Amino acid sequence: MALKGNLADFPIIQILNLVSLARKTGSLVLQHDDTRSVLSFQTGKLIFSQYGNEDNGLVNVLLLAKKISRKQSELMHARSVNLTDKQLGLMLVNAGYISQAEILDCLRQYYSGVLKRFFTKVDGLFEFRDGVSPPPDRIMVRIALENLIIEGSRQMQEWEVLQEEIPSLEMAVKFKDREGVNVRNLQLSVQEWTVVKYITPRNTLRQIARVNHMNDLEIRRVIYTLLQAGIVELVRPAGAPKMDISSAMPDKSQREQRSVINRIIDRLKTA
Amino acid sequence: MQNVKIVVTGPFNAGKTQFIRSISEIDVVNTERKITSKAEQVKSQTTVAMDFGRITVDDDLILYLFGTPGQRRFDFMWEILSEGMLGFVVMVDSTRPETFREARRILETFRAYAPTPYIVAANKQDMADAWDIDDLRLSLRLADDVKLLPCIATDKDTVKTILIELLYSILELMD
Repeated sequence: MALKGNLADFPIIQILNLVSLARKTGSLVLQHDDTRSVLSFQTGKLIFSQYGNEDNGLVNVLLLAKKISRKQSELMHARSVNLTDKQLGLMLVNAGYISQAEILDCLRQYYSGVLKRFFTKVDGLFEFRDGVSPPPDRIMVRIALENLIIEGSRQMQEWEVLQEEIPSLEMAVKFKDREGVNVRNLQLSVQEWTVVKYITPRNTLRQIARVNHMNDLEIRRVIYTLLQAGIVELVRPAGAPKMDISSAMPDKSQREQRSVINRIIDRLKTA
Repeated sequence: MQNVKIVVTGPFNAGKTQFIRSISEIDVVNTERKITSKAEQVKSQTTVAMDFGRITVDDDLILYLFGTPGQRRFDFMWEILSEGMLGFVVMVDSTRPETFREARRILETFRAYAPTPYIVAANKQDMADAWDIDDLRLSLRLADDVKLLPCIATDKDTVKTILIELLYSILELMD
């Protein structure tokens, strides 16, 4: 029977567990947020991953790992048009630019990084296609899943807590007026400072995350820290519809609405 | 005939059904079922769809009280119940700090659904191990302008006070 379903019913951790225990070979195709991603496995080990249309070629992976500069990556792209990743890798190793171990390490980091992005995906279709391998010209690695599963389980637990604390990213935060607390004196991480810069009731948490290139987990983590420290409080965003009760009494003038409320109050007082 | 509604929400076993029962002029129409989950066996029965109480104000005005189910698997009911409400009451069991986080989640979720006034009722304030109102305010991360009032859901007078205070908030909104 095909291994397919929805991440909402069968989280990624459970899929990985199954792939690992059954030592499966094939590709897991994930359809999420209008994106199609692929995680490939060989005898229960992660060997390759592709997130949507993101460039997972060797040049880009080395650039992301800061093994090469932007300029070097542009040169490599220009000169390796007809080379496969395997050929390019071999060329770099032979030229002494980088060792084989470093290349494999960068790819391991990248491929597991793609997989980790699914730890916080709570919805999306998946299908495991038995025996389907990645393109043959790509460099494959072998990453044991056990540690990723442990990390994923921890992250999913954290995610659940954070989602409870901050259920909606459509809310905003504002600084609390607390005597003696000066934000400038706080010891915050770089990521926290970048968020603090955008804190105003005008910005929703989703907007702050977007401008800082943070995912849902990262923005919740930072906001949760600030909430716990009592520095900020959740508020409705400034642009959100003002509180009103017109949907409860759609055809009434304000005078009539007041009359309705006053009648209920009088009735309750005598109840 | 005009009908208006107030929603009573809060975590599992916060006292929502009792709150409505104390003030409703009819026997509360509820959908309680026996609890099978061990983790939730604080009480024997729980609401699975909604509670429904009624207060006839006069010949052409009725106030309905809707209680939401407290268990998470019935969260999908919230959006439906919150449609067209005058405001909502968030019930919190003052004796069970393990439910405060859930109360915060419910509060934030309802605030996101509907921009209507609300009030927080600190229930079971007659119990010896009830948290103080001030501590509850900090723990629930309520801003100073959010009304948080002591409540005993079995006591009709405190229930009346909660509802009247919510209605005053609605009047203030109209000013």
